[in-house]
Amino acid sequence: MNGAGLRAAGLVLPLAAFIAVTFALPLGTMLVRSVYDPTVAEAMPETLTRLGEWDGAGMPDEVVYSRAAAELARATEQGTLGQVASRINRVRSGLRSLLVRTPRQLRDSPAGPRREALLAIDERWGDPETWHAIRTAGDPLTARHYLHALDLDRARDGSIVQRPAEERVYLRLFARTFAVGLAVTVLCMLLGYPIAYLIAHASARNARWLLAFVLVPFWTSLLVRTTSWIVLLQTQGVVNDLLVTVGLVADDGRLALVHNMTGTLVAMTHILLPFMVLPLYSVMRGIPSRQMAAAASLGAGFFQAFRRVYWPQTVPGVGAGSLLVFILAIGYYITPALVGGQSGQLISNFIAYHMQTSLNWGLAGALGGILLASVAALYVVYDRVVGVEGIRLG
Amino acid sequence: MTPPERESLRRLLKRRPPGAPAHVELERVTKSYDGRNAVVRDLDLSVSRGEFLTLLGPSGSGKTTCLMMLAGFEAPSSGTIRVHGRDVNRVPPRRRGIGMVFQNYALFPHMTVGGNLSFPLEVRGLEPAVRRERVGRALELVRLEGFEYRRPSQLSGGQQQRVAIARALVFEPDLVLMDEPLGALDRRLREELQYEIRRIHSDLGVTVLYVTHDQNEAMVMSDRVAVFRAGRIEQVASPEALYEEPERSFVARFIGENNRLPGRVMAVRDEICEVDVAGRIVRAFRVVECAPGDRVTLSIRPERVALAPTPGLYTNEFEAQIEDITFLGDHLRLRVRVCGRSDFVVKIPNMVGHGAVIEGDRVRVGWIPTDCRVLDPDNEEDTA
Ligand SMILES: Nc1ncnc2c1ncn2[C@@H]1O[C@H](COP(=O)(O)OP(=O)(O)OP(=O)(O)O)[C@@H](O)[C@H]1O
Ligand SMILES: [Mg+2]
Repeated sequence: MNGAGLRAAGLVLPLAAFIAVTFALPLGTMLVRSVYDPTVAEAMPETLTRLGEWDGAGMPDEVVYSRAAAELARATEQGTLGQVASRINRVRSGLRSLLVRTPRQLRDSPAGPRREALLAIDERWGDPETWHAIRTAGDPLTARHYLHALDLDRARDGSIVQRPAEERVYLRLFARTFAVGLAVTVLCMLLGYPIAYLIAHASARNARWLLAFVLVPFWTSLLVRTTSWIVLLQTQGVVNDLLVTVGLVADDGRLALVHNMTGTLVAMTHILLPFMVLPLYSVMRGIPSRQMAAAASLGAGFFQAFRRVYWPQTVPGVGAGSLLVFILAIGYYITPALVGGQSGQLISNFIAYHMQTSLNWGLAGALGGILLASVAALYVVYDRVVGVEGIRLG
Repeated sequence: MTPPERESLRRLLKRRPPGAPAHVELERVTKSYDGRNAVVRDLDLSVSRGEFLTLLGPSGSGKTTCLMMLAGFEAPSSGTIRVHGRDVNRVPPRRRGIGMVFQNYALFPHMTVGGNLSFPLEVRGLEPAVRRERVGRALELVRLEGFEYRRPSQLSGGQQQRVAIARALVFEPDLVLMDEPLGALDRRLREELQYEIRRIHSDLGVTVLYVTHDQNEAMVMSDRVAVFRAGRIEQVASPEALYEEPERSFVARFIGENNRLPGRVMAVRDEICEVDVAGRIVRAFRVVECAPGDRVTLSIRPERVALAPTPGLYTNEFEAQIEDITFLGDHLRLRVRVCGRSDFVVKIPNMVGHGAVIEGDRVRVGWIPTDCRVLDPDNEEDTA
């Protein structure tokens, strides 16, 4: 690299560092977490080594029992027992309480073979399934979260099977998320194109005003905008009141416009509209007004001129806007959380749930990973079909 | 008057024959964008079939507005526009069948050259075979064979302009409007394309209305030139007539170089006026109506002024002093003090014997009355 190149590299260094710390690092951590979980492997290494030699059919031998007893006791001292227990519990539910109380009860039990002592505490210690669960949880590398995120599971024999019907949530959720993303993109496109056209072809003074109408909501807090949609759309809200007053809707038949899918769609379309309008506006501004006049002078009617001359030149803007809106929409969190109700929740809300409530970060990471992969795939497809270099964002 | 002067007068008075039937007529056309200021005022203009007429005028004088009204993109505030005798005020642009070349080409960037040319044929529903044939011919006309699959962005400015011209002609309109088509090109390319446009015009026999603010371009290309000034036409005439016989002081000032002498009419004898210019009597050819006492401007070309003429050869002969001399190769440009002005210009060919003129010399200058035109009084503010 020559001097100028080095200097340029030096200039981007702070940004690169910033991105690395605030974006790449957490993202990487989450992605690693989704496939790598050493909790059990670190807490019970000896047990797991011995369990590796176990044939899996009958009860494991005394060595396994004594090592498990010792390592569970150590985990209690180190305070990691809770994590170990819940990690194993995710493989086989119900084991948490057993694991948590076993070391305490072991302390009081008489000396002697640990197998007997453990079996005395709970007969589940004699169940091969318990040891299977420990062995499975002990594998730090796991596709489990991804399988889970795709409503799949690994059967005992290692084959991949669908989860029981009542546990299948995520595929439907992904489908719903993409459908909402698509619907919001189409709605933004239908609403945004004429707005952008209007602004791009208005006189400079009017354009300023019109642009302000687009930008002021854009600059307003997301929370404020979302909650104002609740005010507008709720059962006793402005829209329903209006409909009742006009007589279109009976007072006892007020429409459910919010806390469901309708609310999610309306609010998200409104919030993401600027991301469609701005790239479109920028592309349309670049099209000389003479183009349409030229088409007319060559004999084309308005629709012909629009379809053959104007529209093709706005495709980069349409692509940029759609890509932007769709990607933002499938990752949207606050708005569905506030106005989505039950039916309007999207994948991000579940990721948040697993991050904050169920603390299953591995699953959260897997769901996020799938989302990220689909966005990346979309980008690649777009690049192949339309070409990313044509995108103009403003 | 001397005999050669009389002969010159006789030629001037000869009337031109009336032109061919009108293709385009503007009748008392007025246009105002804001409802208050008219940018085109009471305009009358008639263009014959097959004519090459140029609208020439300073920036903002309403040339583009006129073309836009003809093409149908703007409606006249009042007045009538007729094409082939038919009032087209209510005809939308796409039905006027007028070819238009825009100043910045307005080629469609997402189409190839072939696609651009084919577009007007497609909207007319022509067969692919016919389209191909016509596109090929149009490209041949502008000498761009083989460029069919290029994008406009892959062409030079001159090539883009040729494509724009071909596109305006490909659907075979009989009227083509060109709004400063060569404005963005360098001088060499301009001259080349001026010639091309002339050739295409005479090959196809279409009527061309051409806008420029470059008077050289107007002079080189046009059958007739309409000189615009603030929304009005000052004079419509052939390039020669505009140069030799300006009828308005604005035209005299705008086309080529002219000496302008403000004066007051003392006497009018037929076509010749006697005008008092700073105490001297100048005899000049009457172009505008005038009567003794009127303020007028005399206009005379620098090359029509003779230096040290044989005494008695010219009716107008004055003492002058050479202020400075500029050597311009084939001619010399003298600034002399005469008739109360110090900026009077005389151009003399660089011939044997003229090396004798020296700055500060007192000399005699003279000109014949028919070369000196009596025009309306000139106000300097609205200079081009
Ligand atoms: N769309 C418009 N709205 C308002 N005023 C306009 C519009 N188009 C032109 N004008 C005004 O009309 C006057 C004449 O404009 P026009 O474009 O016809 O001039 P032009 O002779 O073509 O000048 P140029 O040589 O600079 O192109 C100008 O003062 C201009 O400001
Ligand atoms: Mg113009």
